[in-house]
Amino acid sequence: MTNIITTLQTYFAYPFVRYAFIVGILIALCSSLLGVTLVLKRFSFIGDGLSHVAFGAMCVATVLKLSDNMLLILPVTIFCAVLLLCQGQRAKIKGDAAIAMLSVGSLAVGYLIMNMFSGSANLAGDVCSTLFGSTSILTLTQQEVILCAVLSLLVVAIFVLFYNKIFAVTFDEDFARATGVNAGAYNLLIAVTIAVIIVLAMNLVGSLLISALVVFPALSAMRVFKSFRSVTICAAVLSVTCAALGILISVVAGTPVGSTVVVADMAAFAVFTFVGRLSGGVAK
Amino acid sequence: MAQLTAQNLSLGYDGSVVLRGLNFTVNEGDYLCIVGENGSGKSTLVKTLLGLQPPEGGTITTGDGLRQREIGYLPQQTSVQRDFPASVMEIVLSGCLNRCGHRAFYNKAEKETALANLNRMGAVHLKNRCYRELSGGQQQRVLLARALCSAQKMLLLDEPVSGLDPKATAELYEVIESLNKNHGITILMISHDIASALHKASHVLHVGEKMFFGTLEEYMKSEIGKMFSAEGDSQ
Repeated sequence: MTNIITTLQTYFAYPFVRYAFIVGILIALCSSLLGVTLVLKRFSFIGDGLSHVAFGAMCVATVLKLSDNMLLILPVTIFCAVLLLCQGQRAKIKGDAAIAMLSVGSLAVGYLIMNMFSGSANLAGDVCSTLFGSTSILTLTQQEVILCAVLSLLVVAIFVLFYNKIFAVTFDEDFARATGVNAGAYNLLIAVTIAVIIVLAMNLVGSLLISALVVFPALSAMRVFKSFRSVTICAAVLSVTCAALGILISVVAGTPVGSTVVVADMAAFAVFTFVGRLSGGVAK
Repeated sequence: MAQLTAQNLSLGYDGSVVLRGLNFTVNEGDYLCIVGENGSGKSTLVKTLLGLQPPEGGTITTGDGLRQREIGYLPQQTSVQRDFPASVMEIVLSGCLNRCGHRAFYNKAEKETALANLNRMGAVHLKNRCYRELSGGQQQRVLLARALCSAQKMLLLDEPVSGLDPKATAELYEVIESLNKNHGITILMISHDIASALHKASHVLHVGEKMFFGTLEEYMKSEIGKMFSAEGDSQ
């Protein structure tokens, strides 16, 4: 035990480990907040779809040798999020099909472009690390950490201020609209926020595993809790705990950060399912 | 002046008209039952009345102190709601959202309104329960309380008893009748359950290939009414 603490102390002496820890926790918090809404709106896979879009955009940005990749990634991802979430019933290609198309499409195009134009010697390694986020979280600069903190604060503030509206739009969009609530605007807000979170989260778990951060805490909380508020709070606490645990374990055991966090989330889901069964939390 | 007037109304989606030439008026305290075959455009009528989609032609005017946003709506249940983790109070409060404006949270008055409306529905004891664990009839009462939070004068009920057992159906009809009789709330109700729905109504709007609008007595004497209510009885 003392051994582990010493190891952690050694590692936390390095700023990049501290940065990774801070960013990881912030992202876990943000993604779990909106995760509840997305799961309930039957948009669980939007995290996956949008992160692949972000991957595609990043490949293009890398090939174009942009000074700041974010300049391309963020707008493209936001555009796709709006496209997916705000079409609603009117869309010609609906929900899951649209996400699947965008997701695999941008993955393929991204990899193709990287393969054709990238001058990097270790192409497979580059692609692998963007998909699984194995190294990028450990190479964060101080500016990136500050940017991430500011955006996370913004996301949390938006969520708290619009909490009741987000609830109304998620539970019953038609009713909200009929009573004069501008549901379209709130859907747009949710879409933009989720796009920002996903672009941020690519650093932590990479684009293949983002769905886990969005989906697992929300689903775990829903096993046990019965009101929207308690589910949201539980999801946030759980997500932060799992991210912290996952990062600590990965530091000590030398495992990949992203996958370790996701495995921690999966373990929590198993525990919560069990507790839910015991307490009869999920009505059959 | 009537609360709601539809003049030469045409309904449809994206330029294709489902119903045309619809005329009817609703006065305060009326109980209008809207009937018609499947696919006759009832749901489109609901969406248009609520202002969720524009009419393809004609006009809907509200008057007598009623605005379009003040029509309380009881929608059909969606698959999303069946496993939604929310407490009854959270749902009923969401009916007060249109009073909040830019305010982020509900105030005390709104919480009291929500409780009062739950009380009117005889469901105040459910306020901390989880919505998805309630029976179908209880869920409809909760959603009615939510509708009452958003509107005081008129309720639009879309197939309120579908999926309910006979006892819950009868109870819900009683609740609706009491809102109409004792609280003077105008009721517009879409219904499949013709026979029992018609007993309570004061007016009938029949939509489809043949249209009818008039009082219940007139409807029962009319050709179309005889045909349709006979069908309802034989089911």
